[in-house]
Amino acid sequence: MSILIFTLILLLGAYFAGLIGSMTGLGGGVVIIPLLTLGFHIDIHYAIGAALVASIATSSGSASAYVREGITNMRLGMFLEIATTLGAVLGAAIAVYMPTNAIAIIFGIVLIFSAAMTLRKKHDQTVVVGSAASKRLKLNGSYPTVEGQKSYQLTNVSGGFSLMTLAGVLSGLLGIGSGALKVLAMDVIMRVPFKVSTTTSNFMIGVTAAASAVVYLQRGYIDPGIAFPVIVGVLGGATTGARLLQRMNVKVLRIIFSVAISIVAINMMYNGFHHKF
Amino acid sequence: MKKFSTMYFRDRDIQKIIGKLLRLGVVSASIISLIGGIIYLSVHGMDSIPDYHKFHGQPETLTQIAGIIEKTFSLNARGIMQLGVVVLIMTPILRVFCSLFSFAIEKDRMYVVITFAVLSIILFSMFTGMKI
Repeated sequence: MSILIFTLILLLGAYFAGLIGSMTGLGGGVVIIPLLTLGFHIDIHYAIGAALVASIATSSGSASAYVREGITNMRLGMFLEIATTLGAVLGAAIAVYMPTNAIAIIFGIVLIFSAAMTLRKKHDQTVVVGSAASKRLKLNGSYPTVEGQKSYQLTNVSGGFSLMTLAGVLSGLLGIGSGALKVLAMDVIMRVPFKVSTTTSNFMIGVTAAASAVVYLQRGYIDPGIAFPVIVGVLGGATTGARLLQRMNVKVLRIIFSVAISIVAINMMYNGFHHKF
Repeated sequence: MKKFSTMYFRDRDIQKIIGKLLRLGVVSASIISLIGGIIYLSVHGMDSIPDYHKFHGQPETLTQIAGIIEKTFSLNARGIMQLGVVVLIMTPILRVFCSLFSFAIEKDRMYVVITFAVLSIILFSMFTGMKI
């Protein structure tokens, strides 16, 4: 296969990854890793490097819009980033010792979990009385709704912090944003309103991914020939996705994509167990 | 002209600046990699793809900032594309820097410390490369 053909296919795949990723909330890395490893039989190390690049591109691309709207909770994001960046650096360190087949199996499990999370019924939190820690750390905030500014409080800071560390480890190990885990930590455990937790999670993904990307870049995992179509494609796709999102009912799309992702995940795990990586 | 004070620099204004910064970083990263990519394809487009089945890693010049910049100036296609990656990675890190300043302007000492902790973790991994 010539480099030109390879680049064009990858560009198309990355565009698709960005498009679907921005509409369903699953990051670009989720599509990039299976495409490269299962589709092109590219070594999983290169795939992880490319997925990190895709994660940063999706996060920074869409976060810029959310941040301006003032929905993101910057203090909450920054506080939890201590956990995710520590985890990410740890995950990137573990990755050296982890056999590639084990990485593929863990990736499969995380994929199925992420797919299930996107199908979860979303209902906004009832009024929560914030914990003392949340008050001390100034994590309570407000966000704009159609009825005007709405304030909220949150709870169980330590529980959310621990789960964020795990999210960071997985993101450093696999190159994905692990947005599903981040939302779980904020939404379910800390009881942050849904809109705030998704946008804050999206905002955090870039920083978490950058913390491990600096490690992977120096280890030579990031190949410029693979990264270039991924950056351009994912950004293009995410931009289109954000536009389509306003006029589309993504419910059906979410279900189709979650099923597809689960099939890919089982495939990854099967290959992992049969030592095909 | 408005005074450069805590009142003026409220959260929303800072969020607007950070939003613009993220956009700028992402757009310049994609433009740089696109330029590198076009050169890469025009020179090597018809070659067959490198052996990606086995992991070889990148040559040292493409894993360090100094090497990447040097290659960019000599108009090496892979170097320019890798510079696009570096700009993309730097975007969220620069954002953390901006947050540090914004918390300092707000005189929020606790969050200056928290942001500094995040930054230190990133800088630590950047300078050690975690080559254990």
